[in-house]
Amino acid sequence: MRHLLSAKDLSREEAVLILDTSATMAATQQREIKKLPPLRGKTVVNLFFEDSTRTRISFEAAAKRLSADVINFSAKGSSVSKGESLKDTAQTLQAMGSDAVVIRHSASGAPHRLATSGWIDAPVINAGDGTHQHPTQALLDAFTLRRHLRPGTTGEGLDGATVVIVGDVLHSRVARSNVDLLHTLGAEVTLVAPPTLVPVGVESWPCALSYDLDATIADVGPDAIMMLRVQRERMSSTGGGFFPSPMEYSRRYGLDGRRLAALGPDALVMHPGPMNRGLEISAQAADSAQAVILEQVSNGVAVRMAVLYLLLAGSDGTSPTTTPEPELKDVHA
Amino acid sequence: MTSGTPARSGERVVLDEADIARATTRVAHEIIERNLGSADVVLLGVPTRGAHLARRLGQRVLDADHRDDALEAIVGTLDITLHRDDLRRQPTRAIEPTTIPAAGIDDKVVVLVDDVLFSGRTVRAALDAVSDVGRPRAIQLAVLVDRGHRELPIRADYVGKNLPTSTSEHVAVRLAETDGVDEVAIDRGARAEDGR
Repeated sequence: MRHLLSAKDLSREEAVLILDTSATMAATQQREIKKLPPLRGKTVVNLFFEDSTRTRISFEAAAKRLSADVINFSAKGSSVSKGESLKDTAQTLQAMGSDAVVIRHSASGAPHRLATSGWIDAPVINAGDGTHQHPTQALLDAFTLRRHLRPGTTGEGLDGATVVIVGDVLHSRVARSNVDLLHTLGAEVTLVAPPTLVPVGVESWPCALSYDLDATIADVGPDAIMMLRVQRERMSSTGGGFFPSPMEYSRRYGLDGRRLAALGPDALVMHPGPMNRGLEISAQAADSAQAVILEQVSNGVAVRMAVLYLLLAGSDGTSPTTTPEPELKDVHA
Repeated sequence: MTSGTPARSGERVVLDEADIARATTRVAHEIIERNLGSADVVLLGVPTRGAHLARRLGQRVLDADHRDDALEAIVGTLDITLHRDDLRRQPTRAIEPTTIPAAGIDDKVVVLVDDVLFSGRTVRAALDAVSDVGRPRAIQLAVLVDRGHRELPIRADYVGKNLPTSTSEHVAVRLAETDGVDEVAIDRGARAEDGR
């Protein structure tokens, strides 16, 4: 594992290792002194071509807790707005000596281009590209799920867990990443969306599909439900006219008090944020005891610490050893 | 008494199960003696084998000091991976969990427990890791085997066995919890390329 470009690239062993490492990272964040030394002297560049607050801050916090230096780059007010290309920006960063690049870009595939073009040597971490992938979001969702559904376990996936993902699947990199990763970890995923917001080729994804949220809740009885953010502008005809009105969307696909009751008190309510309260999720559901939305945010820092550590701390991009005993002994003996 | 399995070829067993048991019991008593009891003592083992030794020592300390506390009240584990000075010279390592007794380590006497004391670099990393968790009154070091060849100004307070070795030799500590047998063996240079 040299880069983290897509949740699909992760083997089950790699995914479980990231979750286990995240658990130890999360434990260190309960301490009085949260800073750890492993990335001392390394520089992480946050290259954000698309607006983002929580993901950028989460990556920044993760890198700083591991003692890396962080350079934030946002397209606004930079030379990108003067027309600089991705290639020139990347080569400038390379010349400045960055050890890792965290990239968010509105174009699907931009992180892949950056990682495989030879413009830079550093590991590339995808922080969301277009409507393609957002692997660290899927990892933090999986970590949150495992914490609640398999408390205290290490070395395990999410075998047999049922997860329903509801909303704008067509435009959602969160949905794509989660389908890939949760399938890799053994969970069963059902996507629920209006027919207009389902992408072409979804039949080949490793998940089930439904257009009816109430029927799915009744049939699946999911362990967790994940609400996707709906962009209000998708409603207008200029935005694509994907659904007629917010009211109708909310009535058919929103998580309201009635559906919350149908889910039962043990089902986890998840949302990648930022939420549209009253549209895809009601305030009652978002503030309920079974909502783990804020926990997702704090777990995001631990998961990103794990990813940065695993990609950056070693001498090269090789996968970490899951059984470190032989090497550990070499130090003594 | 000899250990359950014969030593591998090229190896010489220097401590068997009974030797390890005796050394552990002696060190447990030394810890109590030195600290005038065990009330403030916390044993932190360095994974993997140090953690097992810490549990064994902890049980003997509780027995010898006639306490019926839970083992978890005085024994924990301390991951040092994040504090190593050779992190970037090797492939990325998996991190082991750190568990600290509920009462914490502030103003306690922390006894670090490891299997082999060699260069001292592991102990240096452990000292850093301890200061991240709290501020103990004192830190002491207990090891099963001290094989010499220190690269840092570090010494052990409690030693199960001093074992003069050459740097080309390999010292293998095997414990029942991980290896199915209790023994310490020296490999004469056969794995010299592993030694540092």
